[in-house]
Amino acid sequence: MSDRPSLDTANSAAAVSVQDLQISTTTGAQVVTDVSFEIASGEVLGLVGESGSGKTTVGLALLGHARRGLFIDGGTVMLGDHDILGMDDAELRRLRGSQVTYVPQDPASSLNPALRIGVQLREVLEAHGSTGAKDNAERIAEMMREVALSDDPAYLRRYPHELSGGQQQRVGLAMAFANRPRLIVLDEPTTGLDVTTQATVLATVRELAALHDVAALYVSHDLAVVAALARRVAVMYAGRVVELGLAEDLFVSAAHPYTRRLVGAIPRLAGGRSLVGIPGHAPSPGRRPQGCAFAPRCSLRIDECDVEVPPLTPVRPEHSARCVRAREVVQQTQAKVGDPIGMNPADDDSSVLTLTDVVASYGKTEVLHSISLNLEHHECLAVVGESGSGKTTTARSIAGLHRDWTGSIRLGDTELETSARSRSTESRRQIQYIFQNPYGSLNPRKTVGETVGQPLAVFGLAKGRDADRRVGEMLEQVSLSASYAQRYPDQLSGGERQRVAIARALISGPSILICDEVTSALDVSVQAAIVELLGNLQRELGLSMVFVTHNLPLVRSIAQKVVVLSEGNIIEYGPTADVLAHPTQDYTRELISNTPSLETASVQTRATRPPRTQPGVPT
Amino acid sequence: MSATEQAPALAEGVGTPTPAVRSTALLARSLRLWRTRIGALFVLILVVIAIVGPWVAPHGAAEFVAIPNSPPGGDAGVLGTDYLGQDVLSRFLYGGRGILVMAAVSTAIGLIAGVVIGLVAAYAHNALDDVLMRAMDVIMAFPQIMLALVAVSLVGAQLWVIIAAIAVTTAPRVARVARGAAQPVVERDFVAATESMGLSRVRILSGELLPNILGPMMVEASLRLTYSIGVIAALAFLGLSPDPNGANWGSMIQQNQIALSTQPWGALTPILAIALLTMGTGLIGDGIARTAAGIDRERGDE
Repeated sequence: MSDRPSLDTANSAAAVSVQDLQISTTTGAQVVTDVSFEIASGEVLGLVGESGSGKTTVGLALLGHARRGLFIDGGTVMLGDHDILGMDDAELRRLRGSQVTYVPQDPASSLNPALRIGVQLREVLEAHGSTGAKDNAERIAEMMREVALSDDPAYLRRYPHELSGGQQQRVGLAMAFANRPRLIVLDEPTTGLDVTTQATVLATVRELAALHDVAALYVSHDLAVVAALARRVAVMYAGRVVELGLAEDLFVSAAHPYTRRLVGAIPRLAGGRSLVGIPGHAPSPGRRPQGCAFAPRCSLRIDECDVEVPPLTPVRPEHSARCVRAREVVQQTQAKVGDPIGMNPADDDSSVLTLTDVVASYGKTEVLHSISLNLEHHECLAVVGESGSGKTTTARSIAGLHRDWTGSIRLGDTELETSARSRSTESRRQIQYIFQNPYGSLNPRKTVGETVGQPLAVFGLAKGRDADRRVGEMLEQVSLSASYAQRYPDQLSGGERQRVAIARALISGPSILICDEVTSALDVSVQAAIVELLGNLQRELGLSMVFVTHNLPLVRSIAQKVVVLSEGNIIEYGPTADVLAHPTQDYTRELISNTPSLETASVQTRATRPPRTQPGVPT
Repeated sequence: MSATEQAPALAEGVGTPTPAVRSTALLARSLRLWRTRIGALFVLILVVIAIVGPWVAPHGAAEFVAIPNSPPGGDAGVLGTDYLGQDVLSRFLYGGRGILVMAAVSTAIGLIAGVVIGLVAAYAHNALDDVLMRAMDVIMAFPQIMLALVAVSLVGAQLWVIIAAIAVTTAPRVARVARGAAQPVVERDFVAATESMGLSRVRILSGELLPNILGPMMVEASLRLTYSIGVIAALAFLGLSPDPNGANWGSMIQQNQIALSTQPWGALTPILAIALLTMGTGLIGDGIARTAAGIDRERGDE
């Protein structure tokens, strides 16, 4: 890659070098095997993988830490000339927070809720030897400015709960950069944030890392997010790095079939193709196959794949992959795995659901101001907006879960009561709701069969053997097997749980399905499979669907119409293709450009290279 | 627990994995701990003594066998005689049933009432929650033994009065724990899912909430049983039992304490029995609590 600007830091000596890292459970199963990579000063390396791939475990190993039940049983993590893995507790304590820092996923739980943020920032400085009160105050003010927060003393006296999620995460970043570390590990710091906040946090990370020459490891399940700030990306699968290369190479011509499938699972703004998930499961530690761990799910599998784990083979400069057919795969063009979507045209103008002047409030605060919507037969309507825009309140009001609203919601010709409890059984059956978090929406004490069968009993549709049979059929319809009926939710993965929730919603034969951010808690590849399933079911069963999401490219793959909400108002409403291609409002445009996707990611990385030399403070 | 496809030990997306342990599994697992086993052994021995005792006792409960306060040996039997010349061993074997039945019945009533009140309060989201819990606070402001004494001195030391007094004083303590355990469960989406189906409140409380608080409630049950035994024995010690002259571990202590230096067995035997019984229920509760906590930790977001 000769067009790399000379400013680029890739040629300088690596700040961090991980060699043959190996991590096992106390019972002997290998969780992470043969992981090696280097990060140069000022470089952000992305580490991408699905849940259970071992990416967070690797991230923590860079701090010399292994979670309970795991231990690091081989390899080296060299920070300059020092091996972090060989340090004793006292050395590690000095190292962490000063030389190596960590930004966890959930800012709300990583900040102490009982301490003012100014105090917490000062603690970070004092813990590593800085004592002068005046110096500290200056340093704190500087840190706050760097992460684009106010350095006003009144602001520093706030408690974490007085900040928004994005502001909390920026305080977390300020703490991580406070002692000018040499290495910073970011563990999905933007996963809980909406796209606009995510974009500013990503920009902050990118600029601070470049400005202070910090080596950064950015761990995420979302390839599009990682590509927005990392020059090189390592893809992990089943505890191994299967591919390591430049972000744009991975997007265009990945050399490992797994990476190709991951790229194919990312929603695209342009195109409007259906998403294709990766069939099968990643093998769990201890039951990984002898050969390539991806082989059982791979469409390019040959016999040689099962013999032994392929070594990391270079395919071009700065690009290597663990695949016996890497050189072949890299030549192929990235297949457009998804078919263009042939969405059912909405049936004429037979509205199944009509919202007229719906105003909803929480206590005295009005969160929805006069919303009017129309859902037609067989139509999928996407409701999009930032957090706090009122999209979930809209969905919950339709389902009667949020009671504090006025106006009119009509189901066909029936006027709906405000709360689900006072509605008729029939209208409750017609409208079914799927919740955002599949970890909370299934009763942990009930088997899958009991959960899925519950609507049959409540609505009096079937009982006994007939009910069991219908539960089995429904589970197969959502691509689980009937044997799942005996399992408990804690024995399922996130994607499987969400399938169970879909089965529960569909078993009573509803006409309207309300999906509230159903994929936001899931990995990108699982998200693709769930969206694919929902799309298929919608077409097969002739459902009408309200699809609430903050992910605009995802909308393109499933919805005919989209409504954009901001602060409780509808600001744009129309066919998906039109709204996404020609947004009329600045808000929509911003929402689109802030969403990491294949298109925006490559634009952003290019735009920020070479690294800015000015202390860029995003506004 | 069958194998899961993906490793639950590794962080899985957003959201916290649920500490999902079936209540039967919890009991079985708690028996792996020695403290639970020892506790269960104590309780088992004393329950068997209380049930079988009257049939194997060498003498009747009110039968004169030898000179009062005779030490063990000869006519006086293996544990000697008490202050009225009755056989201590026989009195001991007769004296457990009443205490155990009363403790079990009153605790069970208190537990059921407390769980119902706690669940209703946790699910109410409105003034009912405050009304119920403040009422519980009022009852809890008085020590358990004091309320029982007031009830007994007003109405008399009848069986139902003692049971009612202990049940009424047990309920608020149980209710507080039940409400605390149920509150986070109420907020979870699976409850909203059943609400959107229109499931009745009774079914939501019994089918959705109750199974999720069984762990803490089992711990609470054993703890409350311990206290109930103590209160009943204390009332009997004060002469407040349905049949003050009948055999009863509590009254035996009081009746025979004067001879503690010359014929200690008359008081010591029931003291040991009550001590072992309360230790046993306490150990079982502790074992369940530790098991539940251990499982939670195992399944926590590690």
